Amino acid sequence: MKIVVIGNGMVGYKFCEKLTAKAQSGQFEIVVFGEETRPAYDRVHLSEYFAGKTAEDLTMAGLDWYADRNIKLYLGDPISYIDREQKTVRSHHGITESYDYLVLATGSAAFVPPIPGVEKEGVFIYRTIEDLELMTAYAKKAKTGAVIGGGLLGLEAAKAMIDLGVTNTHVIEFAPRLMPRQIDEAGSNILKAKLEALGLSIHTSKNTSEILGDQFINGMQFSDDTRLDVDMLVISAGIKPRDELAKLAGLETGHRGGIVVNDKLATGDPFIFAIGECALHGGMIYGLVAPGYEMAEVVAANLMGGDKSFTGFDMSTKLKLIGVDVASFGDPFVSHTEGRTIVLEDSMKGVYKRINISTDGKYLLGGVLVGDADAYNMLLQTTKNKVVLPPNPEDVILGARGGSGSEGGAGITSLPDDALICSCESVSKGDICKAVCDGNETMDAIKKCTKAGTGCGGCVPMVKDLINHTLKSQGKYVRNVICEHFNYSRQELYDLVKVHKLMTFDEVLNKLGTGDGCELCKPPVASILASLWNEMILAKGNDTAQDSNDRFLANIQKGGTYSVVPRIPGGEITPEKLIVIGEVAKKYNLYTKITGGQRIDLFGAHVSDLPAIWSELIAAGFESGHAYGKALRTVKSCVGSTWCRFGLHDSVSFAIQIEERYRGLRAPHKLKSAVSGCIRECAEAQSKDFGIIATEKGWNLYVCGNGGSKPQHALLLATDLDSETCIKFIDRFLMFYIKTADPLTRTATWLNKMEGGIDYLRNVVVNDSLGIAEQLEAEMQLLVDNYKCEWKEAVENPEIRKRFSHFVNAPEEKDPSITFEPMREQKKAKEWK
Amino acid sequence: MIQENVITWFLACRTTDVPENGGVCVKYHDEQIALFNFSRRGEWYATQNMCPHRMQMALSRGMIGAQNNEPKVACPFHKKTFSLTTGKCLSGDDCGDLKTYPVKVENDLVYIGIEE
Repeated sequence: MKIVVIGNGMVGYKFCEKLTAKAQSGQFEIVVFGEETRPAYDRVHLSEYFAGKTAEDLTMAGLDWYADRNIKLYLGDPISYIDREQKTVRSHHGITESYDYLVLATGSAAFVPPIPGVEKEGVFIYRTIEDLELMTAYAKKAKTGAVIGGGLLGLEAAKAMIDLGVTNTHVIEFAPRLMPRQIDEAGSNILKAKLEALGLSIHTSKNTSEILGDQFINGMQFSDDTRLDVDMLVISAGIKPRDELAKLAGLETGHRGGIVVNDKLATGDPFIFAIGECALHGGMIYGLVAPGYEMAEVVAANLMGGDKSFTGFDMSTKLKLIGVDVASFGDPFVSHTEGRTIVLEDSMKGVYKRINISTDGKYLLGGVLVGDADAYNMLLQTTKNKVVLPPNPEDVILGARGGSGSEGGAGITSLPDDALICSCESVSKGDICKAVCDGNETMDAIKKCTKAGTGCGGCVPMVKDLINHTLKSQGKYVRNVICEHFNYSRQELYDLVKVHKLMTFDEVLNKLGTGDGCELCKPPVASILASLWNEMILAKGNDTAQDSNDRFLANIQKGGTYSVVPRIPGGEITPEKLIVIGEVAKKYNLYTKITGGQRIDLFGAHVSDLPAIWSELIAAGFESGHAYGKALRTVKSCVGSTWCRFGLHDSVSFAIQIEERYRGLRAPHKLKSAVSGCIRECAEAQSKDFGIIATEKGWNLYVCGNGGSKPQHALLLATDLDSETCIKFIDRFLMFYIKTADPLTRTATWLNKMEGGIDYLRNVVVNDSLGIAEQLEAEMQLLVDNYKCEWKEAVENPEIRKRFSHFVNAPEEKDPSITFEPMREQKKAKEWK
Repeated sequence: MIQENVITWFLACRTTDVPENGGVCVKYHDEQIALFNFSRRGEWYATQNMCPHRMQMALSRGMIGAQNNEPKVACPFHKKTFSLTTGKCLSGDDCGDLKTYPVKVENDLVYIGIEE
């Protein structure tokens, strides 16, 4: 049987995938014509093209995928004529192919309203990768931009403009609210406020009457006699089904566009089907990908002799618009006569939640979520499966108050097996649970065998919950073990190592693990040993269990040289010590740079020079700065009350005291701190793992802040502390973190995962709710008392010192592959790749 | 006639020069060879010292271990892992494989074999 598919978009591709997955080889001959020059790509995530994804990243499947399945693919060659009598199609380039069945997946085009001036340069539509490329080129000279259309795609286009550097971007919507098809007025107001806070200007109830400018657009005229100067415009006012080919072939189309199809997706001609955005089913065009996929499934199944029907599709949707969650499910706009409505509106946090409930209060009919859509999957499933609501239905958006936090697992259990979890790929709860029982116990395995979560990805958190829940119900213990050699979490391992008083990696592996260890378990175990006993990390054969930087007590850099960072507590340094650093750098030809943590970094040291460099630094009174370790790095400070006219307390002295107390402390990840002398916060303490800010009455202590790739402000743990109490709380906080965090987890992530969050942490640290405060303080004091500078021990120990050479059989020779080139009167590692 | 590759053995170092469960770099003319003392398994391995991923001379400073009982080394730069027996990259991406060398230990002296 020969099938011709017209259109190689997401739905056209999905049809090929479904058909070839079901068919035996040779059963079908498939020919595909695509108008665009590239194979089908992910149009849903088009805006990610601006966030750095390439056209290849967005591709659904490469050309070899089609070749492997014997699918003949013509790209850049649209069909211009269908001969229904002869059952043939002819392409623009003159290729003729016959068919037994024809599938129209021609999709849609952007709807461009007939506004005078739309033809001017600088006016774009937002539909294909080519459109994006044109926009990208034009945006370079644009400062002000506008988007016509405040719907889903329009807001995506506005985000794309911002990503392109058009910082002053306006959204023009004809209707009185944003996303009029998905959310109500109150939800739109919250969304509008959030988007405006992000820099977008939103105009609703605004009708564009003319696009101004000569050759190039320079402004927009509105029907209310106002105007706006803009350099570029994107029109995203809706879609128009591509039905021209069907019309030409004499197939019935709707008067507002769309190829009329029945429940089997057949057109008036029983040998021609239409699927996706070009199909008009029950008077409706479905502008989402999930119903398109369902249509592809129906046609593919029926061609295989099945009897499936398409009977409409739920238009529930959840998306992240410029970082703001928006979701709409079931019937979002139930009227008074059909049901009752519960609304939660928090204009402070920018959260709006609305649920519509049947008049008897038993069932959820639909709703709207803006600002926080975590509950979307649960609410959608509750709606679709007619799950009976709890006696206080408001709990489903407010969360059960006063009880324990996470009820996610319990929610899933109440769903029936046929509940659709992944609507893109039509995967039910039963399918996923069965796959887990069959041994597919990871998200990746589930994706592979069921395809759940491979579409929009919105169901992934729920699939993960289902995996864990199914494993638990099978009696399997779900936890994050370190690696194949240790069947324990880091916290369990920490306690076991302590109880058994194990001192070396080999002892830990022999007693608690199996096999030979690896790069995943060695560093955390070495870190646990250091956190527990604070012995020299290179002693007792533990050196080869340390990460490379710890093993050589320096940071390995490009080209294989190392950097050296002496500790400069609080950033305070004498002129004499500055001179020593300068002299050492000169003598060993090192590149010097001031770090972000108020220290000096010396780069480009050969491994064999490290002991000599450190001998000289130690002789001048320096110590290791532990810049190479998962350990306390620096405690930054501002100038403080000794010099600054605003300073309330002496922040420098306190920073030095703190840095000297916790220097060398090994932890699951690096630790940074800072002390500010007043609320002006010059030391940036609120971006640190623990930060201290002076108040009139003492110190405020902030914890779990982070800079880096996901910046997070530290949270206030306790206020107006005296220095002694402040240190006590830090002792408890740090020890609790060291004992309980997973490997390579910064304090911010640790807190984010902690049930009960900062309130729980405050209870443990300040109120001693677990009764372990004294123990934590004692454990910290032991570490403080055991501190020794490890570089001092290393240079004084000939056995350790011997390890610092590049060639074991030529210790005096340096690595000849290391080369430098000059840059601004210093040097840098030579680029060779 | 069977032609055998001739292997030349050169003396690299003493066994005690190599840390237990760790590696060192050995110089052989202009070649840099990473030599590993996998004492936990009682085995010795040698590979090229250069990591093919970013062309860094660093594998001898990498951490060794096992994955499904296959001995491996992880480059200290980006944690790409390679089999110590076959040299194959185990990190699932094709950054290239390692050249491996035979090793023998006699009288506490370590020899590395070079195919001529």
